[in-house]
Amino acid sequence: MRQRKKSFGKTLSGIYDLLIYGFLYLPIAIVVLYSFNTSKRNIVFEGFTFQWYFKLFQNDALLQAYGNTLIVGLSSTVIATVIGTLASYGMSKYKFRGKNVIDSLLYIPVVIPEIVLGISLLAIFNIAQIPMGLISLIIAHATFCIPFVVFTVNARFAGFDRSVEEAAMDLGAGRIKTFFTVTLPIVMPGVIAGAFLSFTLSIDDIIISFFTTGPGSNTFPLKVMELTKTGVTPDVYALSTIVLAVTIGIVILSQRDKKPKSK
Amino acid sequence: MKKNHKFRNKTIPLLTTVSPITIWLILLVAAPLIYVFYLSFQSTDGYSVVYKLTLSNYKELFNPTYLEIYSNSFVLAVLTTVFSVLFGYPFAYHMARASGKKKALMMMLLMIPFWTNSMIRLNGWKTILGKTGLLNTVLEKLHLINAPLEILYTRGAVLLGMVYILFPYMVLPLFASIDKLDFGLLEASNDLGANKVKTFLHVTMPLTFPGIFSGTILVFIPSLGYFFVSDIMGGGKSQLIGNLIENQFKAANNWPLGAAFSMLLIILIIIIVSIYKKCGGDIKDLGVM
Amino acid sequence: MTGDKKAIVTIKNVNKKYGENHVVHDLSLDIYEGEFLTMLGPSGCGKTTLLRMIGGFEEATSGQILIEGENVEDKEPFERNVNTVFQSYALFPHLNIYNNIAYGLKMKKVAKAEIKDRVQAMLELVQLNGYDKRFPTQLSGGQKQRVAIARALINNPKVLLLDEPLGALDLKLRKEMQLELKNLQKKLGITFIYVTHDQEEALTMSDRIAIMYQGYLDQLDTPEGIYEKPKTKFVADFIGESNIFDATVKAGTNDTVILSMEVGSALGKASSDMTFEESEMVYACVRPEKLKFSKQPVEGFGIKGVVKEQIYVGNIIKSNIVIESGQTLKLSRMDMDEIPKVGQVINIYWDLEDVVIMKSSAHIIHNVIENVNLGGV
Repeated sequence: MRQRKKSFGKTLSGIYDLLIYGFLYLPIAIVVLYSFNTSKRNIVFEGFTFQWYFKLFQNDALLQAYGNTLIVGLSSTVIATVIGTLASYGMSKYKFRGKNVIDSLLYIPVVIPEIVLGISLLAIFNIAQIPMGLISLIIAHATFCIPFVVFTVNARFAGFDRSVEEAAMDLGAGRIKTFFTVTLPIVMPGVIAGAFLSFTLSIDDIIISFFTTGPGSNTFPLKVMELTKTGVTPDVYALSTIVLAVTIGIVILSQRDKKPKSK
Repeated sequence: MKKNHKFRNKTIPLLTTVSPITIWLILLVAAPLIYVFYLSFQSTDGYSVVYKLTLSNYKELFNPTYLEIYSNSFVLAVLTTVFSVLFGYPFAYHMARASGKKKALMMMLLMIPFWTNSMIRLNGWKTILGKTGLLNTVLEKLHLINAPLEILYTRGAVLLGMVYILFPYMVLPLFASIDKLDFGLLEASNDLGANKVKTFLHVTMPLTFPGIFSGTILVFIPSLGYFFVSDIMGGGKSQLIGNLIENQFKAANNWPLGAAFSMLLIILIIIIVSIYKKCGGDIKDLGVM
Repeated sequence: MTGDKKAIVTIKNVNKKYGENHVVHDLSLDIYEGEFLTMLGPSGCGKTTLLRMIGGFEEATSGQILIEGENVEDKEPFERNVNTVFQSYALFPHLNIYNNIAYGLKMKKVAKAEIKDRVQAMLELVQLNGYDKRFPTQLSGGQKQRVAIARALINNPKVLLLDEPLGALDLKLRKEMQLELKNLQKKLGITFIYVTHDQEEALTMSDRIAIMYQGYLDQLDTPEGIYEKPKTKFVADFIGESNIFDATVKAGTNDTVILSMEVGSALGKASSDMTFEESEMVYACVRPEKLKFSKQPVEGFGIKGVVKEQIYVGNIIKSNIVIESGQTLKLSRMDMDEIPKVGQVINIYWDLEDVVIMKSSAHIIHNVIENVNLGGV
């Protein structure tokens, strides 16, 4: 009797989870489906066609927006990863006055609503006369990405055995050599995870980009926001579908790539 | 000689690693926020900021036209959080209980949708919920309804959109907390005479409370500031605090007033985080992404 | 022993403080070329700190450390000709065994071909042939230990520092490794400076032992010297088992010392290098195997006690004897020797050479109190 109760419970849980996944994937399924829509207005599904997957490459505005998103994403990720990794290393290794202050400052971009961060950056860019465009976007994106890199790399440094650094120095490596030949390789999984997280946050950012972008440097999310008013054409959905497929592909490949676990 | 040594060993490496982030945080987090605070006390001539100290912006905050907006924003944030917890908790629980491979798979399947752009996904919902959308078409075809339901552009649609977008921000902290739970404790509880419900109330809930708490913060605070979800799913019919701020910084060009509205949000956030800390919340739990 | 040997590491009046915490007190020590010296003591005695100061991972607060005659105060670990075997092995997890061992040579920019030969030789030396492509996570504790040793030795250091390297191994493996390390050291002729809290390990492996307690160097001697002639109460207590009596010195005849104790008197032999004043308070220490017993009282000795219990430890029988002052004495015998019976009342004595008399700091305090009581008379 208890066995039946247990499996009934398990079935219910399974159904619940499937419903949640359904909820999560439904709009995505629609997006993929409607990328094949023959109707340009894209409100009702009228017919099946592949044409948008080719037509999207003629949509200059769209491609430029996506290109901007990628440029901003990569640049801000590089900046955030370098600064964040160095910071995590320094903070995990040394004790110093003001460490608490930096720690607290790091949580601000994470906790405050993005709109506050966005307008405050807009305001400061204004008086600092920073050119509003890709540059302001990159600076803004790096700002909210840095904390996430720091937290991710911190997790790696938490279990880090300091004595390997001492061993490296004992064997003749100077401080910089030790960092690049021993420390960094060991925490690299965390660094990569942080970079990945940073890139993901950047390419999906809407609110902060909304306030810190400039003329001619539209990002993909902002472009879609524009188009939402007039109607999102299937070629945009086609682009999203391609990106989704590439992302899934990368994730699957990275899972296959993992080193075999040992003793 | 000794002082030189210490400088070489400790000070220079420390400075190299920590000063970039310190400078960045001061210039691009602390300074902007301080400037916003300062800005909220300035005036405008309709075109640009006039640096004349005034409290008129803060007086404006109490204008009765805004009160409805404040309460709408607050209610929406509360409802979003409540529904996120209700729907997110069982899901996070199942994920935490799953075995290694299944757990990783569930996590991956959870995150994949969030690698698709939010705007795109919300447009997907528009297509589903619209008058001529998928849901209505299916329901009509099944003869469950006679006329199309007006779901899109309602408060309900906005709430759905909000919960949808913020879902992982609730699930991840919940998962982190439930995952740490020693399931042996549940068995002990059963052994001592508590049934499933009692065990949940007296053991599981209290022990996973930190996760619920941090998930709440991570959903509630952004909810207060979002404006694009309600714009898309609600047709811009109901205005939120986010819209107010956006408006002042874009169309209305009244940055000091926008700064004042932002200060309202900031003060609210400070209060919420203080309550969080006072109730034993750990700031470190908020960095769980 | 001292004259012809060259000191390869000299520690001169070294102090180490962490804030108010005084971890190493004015320590001076010469370590000779080619010897196996162990720094022994309980946790917190400062031995690891001292080792790390030699290796360059900590700086002395005051005092000097000389390696091969040179003051190394300003030298970083990578500038010193010493190598360390770490307690946690500290193998590089992201490098295979070959690259772990080759690391030091790579840093010195040694030619690839030469590295290959030398790593191969090392692998043979530590009996890990064929393991070069494996990774640290795939090795057992003992294997990791040997890689750590190989990685350090391949650089031909003049001095090898070992920080409790066998602590994480199980007993049988530890005993095997102790012999292996000792043989390795003899074979290579390198100076080993070894840190442990295990006194048996120290007694087995070392040429000399430096016993440390609370940051002080209590005694520096050969294993025999430390065991037979402990200089302080701590050393007597820490090494092996001892029976330690509080006693007052009363002058005796010739080289015999009369010790006056709470329970009665006893005799000891005065040694030439220790002088005691009349009425000086001392500790008298006798090893359990050197305690003697008889039914009849022995001249010069007044210690009487009852055998309370006995413990059988393989072929050794240990007896606990409670004497009139309440102190429990330990007496040990091989199982074929004569053993007292439980419940028996016996007289305790010993051969005069078998007692070690140690100075006590209580002597100074007592004197002060006495003087005060007697009004300085």
